[in-house]
Amino acid sequence: MRKTALNEVFELAKKHKKVFFIGSDLGAGTLNDFREQIPERFLLEGIYEQNIIGMAAGLALEGKVVYINSIATFLTRRCFDQNILDLGLHNVNVRIIANGGGLVYAPLGPTHEAIEDIAIMKTIPNMTVIAPADAQEMKKLIPLTLEYKGPIYIRMGKGYDPIVTDKETPFVIGKAYPMRKGSDALILTTGITLRLALEAADELAKYGIKTSVIHVPTIKPLDKKTILKHAEKIHIIVTVEEHIKIGGFGSAISELLCEANFAKPKKFKMIGIPDEFPENYGSQDLLMEHYGISTKGLVKAVKDLKGK
Amino acid sequence: MNNTKLDKKSIEMRKQIVSMMACAGRGHPASAFSLVEILRVLYDDILKYNPKKPKWDKRDRFILSKGHGCLALYVVLAEKGFFPKKELEKFCAFDGLLGGHPEILTPGIEASTGSLGHGLSIGLGMAINAKFEKSNHKVFVVLGDGETDEGSVWEAALCAGKHKLDNLIVILDYNKVQSYGLVSYVQNLEPIADKWKSFGFEVREVDGHNLNELKKVFSQIPFTKGKPSMIICHTVKGKGVSFMEGNAKWHHVKPKPEELKKIYKALEV
Repeated sequence: MRKTALNEVFELAKKHKKVFFIGSDLGAGTLNDFREQIPERFLLEGIYEQNIIGMAAGLALEGKVVYINSIATFLTRRCFDQNILDLGLHNVNVRIIANGGGLVYAPLGPTHEAIEDIAIMKTIPNMTVIAPADAQEMKKLIPLTLEYKGPIYIRMGKGYDPIVTDKETPFVIGKAYPMRKGSDALILTTGITLRLALEAADELAKYGIKTSVIHVPTIKPLDKKTILKHAEKIHIIVTVEEHIKIGGFGSAISELLCEANFAKPKKFKMIGIPDEFPENYGSQDLLMEHYGISTKGLVKAVKDLKGK
Repeated sequence: MNNTKLDKKSIEMRKQIVSMMACAGRGHPASAFSLVEILRVLYDDILKYNPKKPKWDKRDRFILSKGHGCLALYVVLAEKGFFPKKELEKFCAFDGLLGGHPEILTPGIEASTGSLGHGLSIGLGMAINAKFEKSNHKVFVVLGDGETDEGSVWEAALCAGKHKLDNLIVILDYNKVQSYGLVSYVQNLEPIADKWKSFGFEVREVDGHNLNELKKVFSQIPFTKGKPSMIICHTVKGKGVSFMEGNAKWHHVKPKPEELKKIYKALEV
């Protein structure tokens, strides 16, 4: 996903002189072609995220579209004041491409695990927050960011995540995508947990539970219309995210559902990381399983709500 | 303490600042008073701009990174015609254009500041853009002395040196007093000139209330080709009003009408 995102930025930069790239002490060799071919718009900078966000805002105030790449935790937490004021308040065209959203860096521990990035970035007025499910979706997304108004936070998965989106469906920022249709339960997901939701829907079918799946890559602004249209007809609703439950994707959905005041009450559950720092290492998959962010966890959640 | 005598215009500008505070019932008067001559010289003699076309692409960019000094900037921008003078009377009013910190929605304001330590990085991005576009315009950023406690200022300073931005001019309003008290007590900055030199800046020091000294130093920028410039302006917090000078109590105040009258009177002495 990361390789695809950065290559697409390079492709955009080749065609459009307003595209700038800022990397914060990236891995050796990253985007070498970009650096060699367009050095004047390839800024390889130090480990100073506050400064990078500010200089990106300065470039964007001059009409440039600036893509920044580094690790998610550092580009969200470390420079939060700059994200709010330099990007949000100025409403500039800066795109943060954040490596390792969620538990990707499980072996490296809590300093590197971006488990609250969605929550904090979506509190910023004017900020769009997107978590694509796979590289295929990322490839469709990046070209659309060129003319999109305002700052965007793009959360990336581990890389080489299985392709689960539909190749033919065009991508639109701000749109939710129904991926499976079923009238018994609805699973709402964002980012790479789409794979788990689809597997869970297949598994639940074996128990006779017909499950809808809606993939919501754009967490902010939320495609309220699509989500409510489907949620209205379905009694059991489960959200899943690779993120803490406080203020994240599930929380956004629950706010939406509560305010919809449906005539008939719903059964609802959020799957995500509880209010704690992960204490284990291992791998992304192991930590996700630990928190029930898994096919098994989803199947269990739906069955429990169904009373089966 | 700096004994430079203020001329009629400098006193008049300070009186306007006091009037604006009467409207809002609050403000940062002492932080604005230390800035008046710096801004006056920049807008009278140095900066290229067109108030009728505030976004003219060849203009010099000016960022007041110490946003709390905005009272002085508003007085200058109104005088130059960026917005009607009657807006000054609505400082901090619900439907006013001018708030307690500068915002980009106001004509003539290049960046919204107020949270300290942001302006230099934004200016740096603008200076990189000017180099990229091969445009001759310059970027001026005014920092407060207390502001340079912020780590982000030094991040930006490192980066400016690396990019050899001789179109970037940083001005330090070194009035030696911050909110609590003396800068030398809260967080000493000395040796300040050496710090900026070691970060790759060409540094000059001037009396920040002396119009001729300011004009002279600004006319020499860039001091060295390929290096960003730092002008340390030695100023006095609250300059022009004897009981405000160097007194941290006047950093941010909600003055009573009789106190405002006292300041007004002191300015006339």
